[in-house]
Amino acid sequence: MPIQPLHYMFLSLTLFCIGIMGVLIRRNAIIIFMCIELMLNAVNLLMVAFSKMYVDAGAQVFVFFIMVVAAAEVAVGLAVIVMMYRKVHSVDVNILNRLKH
Amino acid sequence: MGIYDIAFWILTVMALGCALGVILSRNPITSVLFLIATFFAISGHYLLLNAQFLAIVNIIVYAGAIMVLFLFVIMLMNLNADVEPQKGRLVQLAGVVSGGVLLLVLLAALRTAHYPSLEATPNSIGLIENLGKVLFTQYVLPFEISSVLFLSAMIGAIVIGKKEDTQA
Repeated sequence: MPIQPLHYMFLSLTLFCIGIMGVLIRRNAIIIFMCIELMLNAVNLLMVAFSKMYVDAGAQVFVFFIMVVAAAEVAVGLAVIVMMYRKVHSVDVNILNRLKH
Repeated sequence: MGIYDIAFWILTVMALGCALGVILSRNPITSVLFLIATFFAISGHYLLLNAQFLAIVNIIVYAGAIMVLFLFVIMLMNLNADVEPQKGRLVQLAGVVSGGVLLLVLLAALRTAHYPSLEATPNSIGLIENLGKVLFTQYVLPFEISSVLFLSAMIGAIVIGKKEDTQA
């Protein structure tokens, strides 16, 4: 059976859902952040598969922009996590429940 | 079964296995290394899809820059595997079930869709010459805006990470 776009779709959907599961089951803020990167990469992979399917370079340029946004997001997000660690000496997201009380 | 199919399945198994390793391993450093392996597998997929430029950029930007940043922060915080708190079994089960249900729904919705088949002949749209032309003609305004985004992210990271000298 030759490789079809559906194979890439299944692969990237599975990667995306693994990322969602990671966000839901982990408490470490850094791991949650890494799972978000995984989800972004799953979307990138599907975008490249569609780019090949329709022989269109626009999708690859969009992947490029997603990478740019991800890099900016990582810089700011890791700064936030470092500040959180400095304040509460932990990266556990369950500690951040002050709005609940 | 050609070499293309064999490479596809090897890379798929590698990507999925390493992605599972990211969310299942206790040690954050191991998670980072698994994520780097996942990014390499995805880069291999990009090569199979004739996106050579993106494959290289993925390795340089993700595996090179972003993951090194993650590794840096984890080593700065000196996190140990055994002090890391775990969520309750029920919450973990709920997370896995909801992720799996989302996967099932998406797969069931999309499995009967029809797509044009992947072009068997290699094309040159993923080469840097062609992508550069598209990027600097059709998408030149988003490109410039993204440079402003980068600048603001840089300043924001510095401002957030700065020590507050009014306190303490």
